[in-house]
Amino acid sequence: MNKFDFLQILIPLAALIALTPLLGSYMAKVFQGENHLLKKPLGFLERLAYRLCFVDEKEEMGWKNYAVALVIFNLFGFLALFALQMLQGHLPLNPQKLPNVSWDSSFNTAVSYMTNTNWQGYSGETTMSYLTQMLGLCVQNFLSAATGIAVFLALVRGIIRKSSATIGNFWVDVVRSFVYVLLPLSFFFALVLVWQGSIQNFSPYVTATGVEGTRQVLPMGPAASQIAIKQLGTNGGGFFNANSAHPFENPTPLTNLLELVAILLIPSALVWTYGIMLGKRRQGAVILSAMFALLIMGLAGSLWAQYRPNASLGEPEVMEGIDTRTGVANCVIWSVFTTAASNGSVNCMHESLSPISGGVPLVNLMVGEVIFGGAGVGLAGMLVFMLITVFLSGLMVGRTPEYIGKKIEAREVQMSMITVLAPSAVILIGSAVSLFHPAGLAGISAKGPHGFTEVVYAFTSAAQNNGSAFAGLNANTPYYNVVLGLVMLVGRFLTIVPVLAIAGSLAQKKCVASSESGFRTDSPLFFILLVATILVVGVLTHFPSLALGPVVEHYLINAGWVN
Amino acid sequence: MKEQKLFSKKLLVGAIGDSFKKLNPRTQAANPVIFVALICAAITTAIVILSAAKGVSAFEIQIALWLWLTVLFANFSEALAEGRGKAQADALRKMKTAVKARLVRDGKEILTVASDLKLADCVVCEAGDIIPGDGEVIEGIATVDESAITGESAPVVRESGGDRSAVTGGTRVISDKIIVRITAETGQSFLDRMIQLVEGAKRRKTPNEIALTILLSAMTALFLLVVVTLKPYADYSASVAKTDLSGVITIPVLISLLVCLIPTTIGGLLSAIGISGMDRLIRKNVIAKSGRAVEAAGDVDVLLLDKTGTITLGNRMAHDFLPAHGFSDRQLAETAQLASLSDETPEGRSIVILAKEKFNLRAENVTKLDAVFIPFSAHTRMSGADQKGASGTRTIRKGAFDAVKRHVETLGGTVPAQITGVVETIARSGGTPLVVSENENVIGVAHLKDIVKGGIKERFAEMRKMGIRTVMITGDNQLTAAAIAAEAGVDDFLAEATPETKLRRIREEQAKGYMVAMAGDGTNDAPALAQADVGVAMNAGTQAAREAGNMVDLDSNPTKLIEIVETGKQLLMTRGALTTFSVANDVAKYFAIIPAMFAGLYAASGGVGPLARLNVMGLHSPQSAILSAVIFNALIIIALVPLALKGVKYRPLGAMTLLRNNLLVYGLGGLAAPFAGIKIIDILIVGMGLI
Repeated sequence: MNKFDFLQILIPLAALIALTPLLGSYMAKVFQGENHLLKKPLGFLERLAYRLCFVDEKEEMGWKNYAVALVIFNLFGFLALFALQMLQGHLPLNPQKLPNVSWDSSFNTAVSYMTNTNWQGYSGETTMSYLTQMLGLCVQNFLSAATGIAVFLALVRGIIRKSSATIGNFWVDVVRSFVYVLLPLSFFFALVLVWQGSIQNFSPYVTATGVEGTRQVLPMGPAASQIAIKQLGTNGGGFFNANSAHPFENPTPLTNLLELVAILLIPSALVWTYGIMLGKRRQGAVILSAMFALLIMGLAGSLWAQYRPNASLGEPEVMEGIDTRTGVANCVIWSVFTTAASNGSVNCMHESLSPISGGVPLVNLMVGEVIFGGAGVGLAGMLVFMLITVFLSGLMVGRTPEYIGKKIEAREVQMSMITVLAPSAVILIGSAVSLFHPAGLAGISAKGPHGFTEVVYAFTSAAQNNGSAFAGLNANTPYYNVVLGLVMLVGRFLTIVPVLAIAGSLAQKKCVASSESGFRTDSPLFFILLVATILVVGVLTHFPSLALGPVVEHYLINAGWVN
Repeated sequence: MKEQKLFSKKLLVGAIGDSFKKLNPRTQAANPVIFVALICAAITTAIVILSAAKGVSAFEIQIALWLWLTVLFANFSEALAEGRGKAQADALRKMKTAVKARLVRDGKEILTVASDLKLADCVVCEAGDIIPGDGEVIEGIATVDESAITGESAPVVRESGGDRSAVTGGTRVISDKIIVRITAETGQSFLDRMIQLVEGAKRRKTPNEIALTILLSAMTALFLLVVVTLKPYADYSASVAKTDLSGVITIPVLISLLVCLIPTTIGGLLSAIGISGMDRLIRKNVIAKSGRAVEAAGDVDVLLLDKTGTITLGNRMAHDFLPAHGFSDRQLAETAQLASLSDETPEGRSIVILAKEKFNLRAENVTKLDAVFIPFSAHTRMSGADQKGASGTRTIRKGAFDAVKRHVETLGGTVPAQITGVVETIARSGGTPLVVSENENVIGVAHLKDIVKGGIKERFAEMRKMGIRTVMITGDNQLTAAAIAAEAGVDDFLAEATPETKLRRIREEQAKGYMVAMAGDGTNDAPALAQADVGVAMNAGTQAAREAGNMVDLDSNPTKLIEIVETGKQLLMTRGALTTFSVANDVAKYFAIIPAMFAGLYAASGGVGPLARLNVMGLHSPQSAILSAVIFNALIIIALVPLALKGVKYRPLGAMTLLRNNLLVYGLGGLAAPFAGIKIIDILIVGMGLI
């Protein structure tokens, strides 16, 4: 690594740290209903939305109503996107005359975008019409991110409120995060992307002759608007198949930097928002430190592994699968960022990374998408981990465990464990079935442990709603489309609904006065404990998978093994 | 209750027997973790038997054996904890046998047996009789030997009326004769409930235990999935590596991995921890009515302590008479004595005694006077007498300053500035001023002094370190209370307390989110005892108080509240520490079993594969590694039984210090210990040729 590699790593980290408090404070104002910069210019949109949808913004919901609203909202999103794909051949804005999408791929994609996973079994430029991309995928990018933020807001209210039966209004939370956060940020970011050279048009594909003299088809489309939200909303589903490795998605070093920062911006800023809403900024700071610590640990391990000489190929800094425009450092940092947040966009192919460098993204996914994680849901997952940490260790000081004055009892433990158990279960079962069922085995392209990792990665990515692909696995088959679709549903809703149940249960509780005899969740000791708990829970569940995938492959390659 | 050794031979033998009885699946199902281990042991045994035809595998037999031992060890810990309770219950039950009762009905005495007594029956008990059931003394006074229940050999006085009227079935009258009205039905008496409690027969899982059981069950389910899916993972890996692992990855091996991963350590010891928590309290002569109460004790933030008897030694004693201008010492003493005659509190009596000592005034002289006595009440906080004489009625009062002041003012008098000064001086010095008035005149002040118990200040400092606030409750006025509070080192005080203000104070603290503990004995303490999160009733107190509290202290020592809190904390800490230890153990077990299973993967012919590198402990062979892990997993349960029964060491330190210490010992220790333990067992079993 040279000093430019270090610079390319330090700049996005510094930018992220600088922007987090700015956006975090702004979002706190938005979500607490205070006055803010955009309240006047965009307020009409918020009011319009309520009037059109007959929403009474003063109405408060209990956790069950909140969950029902959320599920219905997502169900309609799914149905619309599913229908759009199945009918796109008959609909306008389809200059390439792309046919209707198959039912299984439509199902998979609709689930994928609704659940903020953005796993892509299809290839954008050869499958989706402009209408499907804009009205379907792009819209769901916004809505799934807003849904995630709503879940976080509900949980925060659960923690803050005392003896309350309600946890807020789902519609208000969705509208506010859409109107005041996602929309303006994406609008601005899309303009920057267009300025830098991303495309935004409805033109038919262009046929051109390249410098090598070969004729090639250049896909067109309204890309910039979708790329902006795909990066900001922890979605990650590329407009083109190559995702952010495609020059139209990521044309310049500046866009690469901005897209990289955008991956973690909202999840990171939300932690700041959490600290403000709680009135305990230190609490936010401890969570942010834990997230950054896990991020940097992964980054360091991945860089170490990728810059090691490859004994099998006998060359240093393997470039296979890495865009020469971005280079190794940029590829590694992106792979760690995109899996730390549940984004899943890529600027190089994870399958091509060295075993450990490919293993780090896998570990990021396996710990439950809580190192930043998805917009809102990532922090909610982190808070669930905090509850588990508090429960495990709080007993050790001789008191009934409590978090921010709320006692952690059977109900919270039960729901917390479901959010840990559900994704892990579908990862384990899905991978195991695919590793012996012929339909599953048919998709594996690599031999040896790499093929094993392909399958485990796909299920982990789907269950944790990340959506990044290890690549190599041919997943656009009815089997994988359906199974991965179901896995995504479990991973999304069997975490969101229990989190809302926790919010409801916590909201009802009285607040226990904070006293010296409880232990502090904003101390360095708790920071260490939290990081350790996350790693221990994640690693204990997936130790065998990691041993049989990246670890064994790492040793084999070091021994010069070629399959 | 007699102190008993942690392990007596009889207890151990009984517990071993019980651990087999507990193998009944229906009993076992209450503990999901151990239930899974039981099923695993059964499956492994079945496999060993079914494959016996193909040749006996010594390895699999040993695995099966150790899996059974894992379950038995867990059962043993529970049986041992229960056994200790049962031994105490047996001692108590002996007291119940064949007690005769002298039932009084329609003025006649009928001889019957205790078990036939009904609610509200009246019985006569004379010297030598055993009191047949819980009740209230309605007539007479007697000394009672309660040593069978309290272990305290000094007899106690029980008399009708007042706060010492409750008697307990099974105790013996030593002198005099009392008539007792039975207040508890057969099978519901205090003794019965104590027996049930110490036996653990009525033991229900406490809220915290339920939460922990959910966590452990979820972990068990997770590891079950991990192990079940490991089979296809392994098959796929073996097939692409073209290695044959079918000889290594067998069902007994997968089962071994499962039992090692599921939290058997804490799962096995959980109920023993709970039972022994109650048991530790019982050995401190405190009966907790539920496990929930013991847990709540650990959460206490505020301790309400009565000043008298808890913070100060015994009672305040009259020390001096300070007359107002225009009155003599003797005059004051005489009036004060007259005002105190009907005051049965120790303070009142001490005034009578002081007057006698100083001026040789004898109470008999005044009783001849034609007077109506007004007894002391907690409400008026005054006592006195209205004496009819030639010059009209003499209204004599003695009591707290503000009460007498109000009284005098209603009669049109005022309190001289000199008296206010005296009162303040006394109060500031930590004494108690009792103001004496005659009609509208204040004639002086009796100075009462308190003696703060030795060492109590240090205890309160410890409490503060633990984050617990101590509040002193006293009927004294603000100044007096402040002075004593400062001397004793309590954090706060509630002066001029009445039962209502006590109750209000508890509610206020609870509304602020604090958990409150208090001790009390009188009937008027009952509402506060019921309201407090932890209410410790004194055994010498009234039946109402004993019913209202959720704990009863047999020694009637309010200072014990502090020990109760410590025991509650110790219980939760033990649970937390062993859970952490159990989970941390898994890391080492993975490092023992995973390389053992997959060492052959991608192995060049005859050599070992890359995953053999994960065998960081350098264990001898795959089979010895797996067996060592299983043996360690079983033995650690037995090794930790004493810790579970005794509880982890509790020291009054701040929460963060405690957490750090426990994390170092049980967290890091839990990570490191199995690495060493498994390695040692591996060396031993290889050395002994078991594998």
